[in-house]
Amino acid sequence: MLRVDSLTKKLGDFEISNVSFDVGEGDYFALLGASGVGKSILLEALAGIMPPDSGHLFLDGKEITHEKIQKRRLVLVHQNQSLFPHLTVRQNIAYGLKCLGRTREVMRRKIGQLAEAVAIEGLLDRYPPTLSGGEAQRVALARSLAIEPRCLLLDEPLSALDNHSRHELRALLREVNRQGYTIIHVTHDFEETISLANRIAVMEKGSIAQVGSPQEIFHHPRSEFVAKFIGIKNFFHGELNGQMGEADSFRTGNFTTGDLSICVYTDHQPGLGHVCIGSDEIVISTGKPSSSARNIFAGVIKDISNTRSGIEVIVDIGREVAVLITPESLVSMGLSYGDTVWIEFKATAVKFFPK
Amino acid sequence: MKLRNLDKFDLIFSILGGAVLLFVIAPLFSMVIKTPAADLVATAAEAEVQGSIFLTLWCSMAATALFAVSAIPLAYLLARKQFRGKRLVIAVIDLPIVIPHSAAGIAILGFINRDSLLGHAAGYFGTSFVGGEGGIMLAMAFVSIPFLLSAARNGFLGVPVRLEKAALNLGASPLRVFFTVSLPLAWRDIVSGLVLMWARGLSEFGAVVIVAYHPIVTPVMIFERFGAYGLKYARPVAVIFIAVCLVLFLVLRLLARERSDVAR
Repeated sequence: MLRVDSLTKKLGDFEISNVSFDVGEGDYFALLGASGVGKSILLEALAGIMPPDSGHLFLDGKEITHEKIQKRRLVLVHQNQSLFPHLTVRQNIAYGLKCLGRTREVMRRKIGQLAEAVAIEGLLDRYPPTLSGGEAQRVALARSLAIEPRCLLLDEPLSALDNHSRHELRALLREVNRQGYTIIHVTHDFEETISLANRIAVMEKGSIAQVGSPQEIFHHPRSEFVAKFIGIKNFFHGELNGQMGEADSFRTGNFTTGDLSICVYTDHQPGLGHVCIGSDEIVISTGKPSSSARNIFAGVIKDISNTRSGIEVIVDIGREVAVLITPESLVSMGLSYGDTVWIEFKATAVKFFPK
Repeated sequence: MKLRNLDKFDLIFSILGGAVLLFVIAPLFSMVIKTPAADLVATAAEAEVQGSIFLTLWCSMAATALFAVSAIPLAYLLARKQFRGKRLVIAVIDLPIVIPHSAAGIAILGFINRDSLLGHAAGYFGTSFVGGEGGIMLAMAFVSIPFLLSAARNGFLGVPVRLEKAALNLGASPLRVFFTVSLPLAWRDIVSGLVLMWARGLSEFGAVVIVAYHPIVTPVMIFERFGAYGLKYARPVAVIFIAVCLVLFLVLRLLARERSDVAR
């Protein structure tokens, strides 16, 4: 439905370069990346607010790169909603309908339907400055949906909301997508992406680092940046050594990264690549363990920090490795900064991705 | 702020500020108390005075309204667009503030006299700017338009560009965006500029007296009476004119504020 081909835009010292991806009809497509990576510029270029320096944009097979902003029907919902403060909620929703020349009766019916759909029936006569963040975001969504856009462009719509509003709006966005609306959603939150999108493009320094389904991105991150961004802490570049084998046959090999050698169970051929190890798949102990695990290393604790999913202990075994444990384990083992500990993980817990 | 809570800083600044306030209020207050009520009543009843005040109010208001039609779009362009020579345009707009108003009058007279293109055009319709209401309006507008342009430009600069882009994105034409988003949101500053332009036009003497001594506007009448009969005779006209302007000025300000509060 929407094809972005080699889009480039330079803005002062900042640049998005050679960005290409396709969005299918009915897709919930997330553009994931850190702040300042160029996601919002890309979205504004799609909406026509900021013309690209080069590249092409196609909607339903027709080139719209230089199409006027008013004609695109790619409607942008900003993080700060951009509601017109001098108009009531009702007038805000009616704004696009008036531009389309709809009759009063059509507008009245449409506003009623949308107000019910996004649960803002009681807010129609209020002015935007009196709304909460969640309410304003719902109104902004209703205002955009009123003109039945070909694609909704959402610029971090949940980032300024409290937890409760965020959950409610996520459900609403899923519902909007189920009704057939194609959505491109810019965010820096991987969890948000996982809960909403069926396709993800990860952006790094103004370019697309990887595009795929949430599963593909999570299980096969193509770069250290992607891995780190989606929360995989233990990501190492190096070389897989071992016997060449038949394709699809699993065997054990040694992956070397710096001075560290990690035992890997993989069906890939030897060569350069990277490995990921889930921090929840590593066991930590104060004495040398005796188990079936092929990877057992001694190291020194470099950091201990609270995270949402548990206590993260950083152990230096030649490379810094993140280990996730429960608060109870931390207390019972009496771990502290500078302690020497042992970590172990199975060869099957190490995922190798060739370059 | 209670007096005993004032520190030295506040005290010094209050004294300095008070001196400025006194400087503005004292001459006006003195003029009012030195004018007998009987003189005020008699002067207010004069048809010549009434006609002059009405003419002054009307000419300034008409000049403001006429020139606002093109000044507001210019202010918008200056607030939103980047173009070569923009700084020069802004400097040119402020020129009427810095040049002597008698010189402004001479410049306008050269522009509208019977030998000029504009003078010929007026003559074609059987009228003349020189010595007429048209000339008075042009002189008033020339010296007062920077106030409107500056206030309106600041107003448009205060309208977030993202709101205009959001309107375009919803399918509005640039003209619709201007009338439905930019103008209403900049309205408070624009009204403030309109009131200032009107008020500045009312008080203009230097440029107007050169372009049109007659029909006589009130600032010229005050000068004429002062020159011919002295301070005592000029004072009642001045007091009445100031009172009328002050009342209108306050009413317009209040109306503008109410309207802006509703819009926001």
